Amino acid sequence: MSAVILAADDVNVAQNVGFGIIAAIMIFAALKVVTTKNVVHAALWLVVVLSGIAAQYILAAAEFVAISQVLVYIGAVMVLFLFGIMLTRAQIGKESDLNNKGWALGIPVALMLFGLLAWVILDAFGDDILPDRGPAPTVSLSDQFLSIYLVPFLAISFVLLAAAIGAIVLARKD
Amino acid sequence: MLAVNFLLLAAALFAIGVYGVIARRNAVMVLMSIELILNAVSLNLVAFALMTGAVDGQVFALYVIAIAAAEVGVGLAMVLMIYRNRKSIALDELSEMKG
Repeated sequence: MSAVILAADDVNVAQNVGFGIIAAIMIFAALKVVTTKNVVHAALWLVVVLSGIAAQYILAAAEFVAISQVLVYIGAVMVLFLFGIMLTRAQIGKESDLNNKGWALGIPVALMLFGLLAWVILDAFGDDILPDRGPAPTVSLSDQFLSIYLVPFLAISFVLLAAAIGAIVLARKD
Repeated sequence: MLAVNFLLLAAALFAIGVYGVIARRNAVMVLMSIELILNAVSLNLVAFALMTGAVDGQVFALYVIAIAAAEVGVGLAMVLMIYRNRKSIALDELSEMKG
């Protein structure tokens, strides 16, 4: 970690301060998502996490991905979640049995996983500085999508079609 | 800006999502925790795209977003079907298989 302090004079301070504030809000909101007793509140805290992710994408100079995140996640996926909550539960409010009986097992698993990941990350990328690049032009993204990633692009459109049809078939009443 | 900032934030979100998948009993809450995990991964991809200067990481992040949308649609349809058949979406009550 000493490299972090040594590298600090090359670092864009405003970017770091913004990152820190957004990251703290995101961690807090993510902890609320997995600990709150109210399902609807969990969905609303998830909106905070997803907006924070979109803000981090803008800090990482990925504007098109940030806009897609807002459109797809906050616009569409959250509405699906709220519909799912309201269609599966009559009761809106606190619930006492949202956790499994063995929920405490998750704490050591998550802590060990985070410790391992943090150790590997600090070992491999501990003193890498992200270059100050401008935002990637959307034209270069579309060039990639329509040239070397064309086959996965077609495949994913088929996956989305299959998922839409599958969801209708599964949820249909008959 | 240091690369570890993004990577450590993504690791923390991933670990919180794993805790949610293990601890939660409600199927919709488990799907929300899976969204946390998927977002952590795409944050990593975007950070690596910034690190290398190639735009491929952003392409993969967009693929992850599309897959997540499909996954949520099918997952919630399955939850609705389970709820209709059993009047409950508690995952520990869905034990019909042997073992």
